[in-house]
Amino acid sequence: MTSAAPAREVGSGRRLTAKRTRQLVGFFYALPTLVYVICFFIIPVILVAWMSAHGCKLLTCTIPNPGQLNLPDNYSSVSGNDLFWPAVFFTIEYTVLATVLLIGMGLGLALLVQKGGRWVSVLRTSFLVPGALGLATASLLFWGVYSGAIGPFNPLMDGLNSLGTQLGLVTQTSQISFLGSPNTALLSTTVLIVWKYAGFYMIILLVGLQAIPRDVYEAASIDGASRWQTFRFITLPLLRPSIALSMILCITGSLLAFDQFYVLTKGGPDNTTVTLVQLIYREAFIRQNLGTAAAVSIIVLVALFLLNALQFRGLRGNVAD
Amino acid sequence: METNSTLSRTPSYVLQGGLAILFLFPIIWAAVASVSPSPGSSQVFGYGLGNYKTLYDSGVGLPTWLLNSVVISVLTVTFVLAVSMMGGYAFAKFSFPGKNVLFLSTLAILMVPSATLLIPIYLLHNFARTVPIIDQIANMNLVWLALVLGMFQLPFATYMMRISFESVPREIEEAALVDGSGTFAAFRHILLPLVRPGIVTVALFAFLAAWNDFFAPLILINSSAEQPLPLALVNLRQQTMGAVDFGSTEAGVVVMSIPCLILFLLLQRYYVQGFMSGAIKG
Repeated sequence: MTSAAPAREVGSGRRLTAKRTRQLVGFFYALPTLVYVICFFIIPVILVAWMSAHGCKLLTCTIPNPGQLNLPDNYSSVSGNDLFWPAVFFTIEYTVLATVLLIGMGLGLALLVQKGGRWVSVLRTSFLVPGALGLATASLLFWGVYSGAIGPFNPLMDGLNSLGTQLGLVTQTSQISFLGSPNTALLSTTVLIVWKYAGFYMIILLVGLQAIPRDVYEAASIDGASRWQTFRFITLPLLRPSIALSMILCITGSLLAFDQFYVLTKGGPDNTTVTLVQLIYREAFIRQNLGTAAAVSIIVLVALFLLNALQFRGLRGNVAD
Repeated sequence: METNSTLSRTPSYVLQGGLAILFLFPIIWAAVASVSPSPGSSQVFGYGLGNYKTLYDSGVGLPTWLLNSVVISVLTVTFVLAVSMMGGYAFAKFSFPGKNVLFLSTLAILMVPSATLLIPIYLLHNFARTVPIIDQIANMNLVWLALVLGMFQLPFATYMMRISFESVPREIEEAALVDGSGTFAAFRHILLPLVRPGIVTVALFAFLAAWNDFFAPLILINSSAEQPLPLALVNLRQQTMGAVDFGSTEAGVVVMSIPCLILFLLLQRYYVQGFMSGAIKG
């Protein structure tokens, strides 16, 4: 009995060093992550704030010499930038269009492939295939699809034109201009995006659909609810968390659109399809103002952060319902 | 619904089949268009591989760009796997001061637009090139690009590896430690094989992201010989004066797509699971 107390003390001392060693080992395993996050995330975030405060020019700006302090001009001049407000409005327009179409399409596809089976898994795979391609690759693909030179709609239009001429319905042959006017360019790009990402939202919404318990549907069918009533009053409300999540992902992704417009429209015709990220790119690498580009990118970061915070509050509210 | 006959389901089958064809059509079209005759391309008469030949010979050539893409993708996968396997293990099985702050900082990468990070990273890249030791690294620009692409993958990869390690029962690791193996031996021989599905998912997404990325190379790569394939294809298209060669662009699209399609079809299960865990909980 007398030796019990010191033994416990030694034991706890050893446990303390063991715990300390284990902490060190854990820290050692986390060390690469720490170094990586500091070098490629924390330092760049500090650097972009620092750049946004200076008149940093593409060719002369270096790490010790960012040029003159240019506050608050870098920020206050943003709203005077000729492309800024058009870019804000266009990006919002595109985001609304893409979000509505993508979630509508994703929900439609999810309802189609809800049940299992061999045929359904073939369907799911074919809806998911476009997502495996890169966005720039898919944009180059559709650039060909939309072209007058090799696009598949061209022979189709030729056929329609000659049919129309023979029947005397048309006197002038016409071609579809997919990227020629601001509205068709927006619509054509959105079609590409829906094609590429619909399968992704199908999967998210499918997970939500399959989480709805079967007995809820059974109770509804016993009560004599029609298919539309079941969808409207059971499926949709119970799917709200999944729909809200899809919306957050889709809105964030669309607000940051770049590749598809860079490849398909280059921001044209007449700078009508310049998105916010394209504006940042142009400001930095074409107009060579790294400082103001950094300022715009910080404004976008803050706006996105506030929007996400707002949406997450909405999402939490939905779950609580 | 159970009483539906095959006949009454026919419209639904037609709709489903039509949709499936609509989704597959552009990819099939690109493959056909790349070998079809069209004026202004290198394949004017009959079907053949003329467009691929042009792509092979243009600029510094397809082999160089393809090799760049492979190097960038392999490096990115290596960096992401090495860092996230160790980090995931640390976050799942150890406690140390600052653990939660570091984990949340890693996830915070998702909150910052890539453009916001690439602008300072461009400047940092210029700075790194003035440091003699760093500048002497072979293919320094490609290594740098792979590190940047790896950073964008780090939140998903770390999260994925953390939940993979967390799902391994504590007893298995403890049994290995009692047997006298050190933490590294336990990590290497006992735990890593158990989290293989997570590793495959992380590697798959890192590869696809690096192989397909366009924005980061657009900003960080400025020599034609160091371009990865997507950037080279877009630039090639712009350099052609006058008549645009759609044929060889679509040939490039096919070359870019083949590895993605093969990996997707082989690893579809991991692909879907990755989407779900990344999307729902990330």
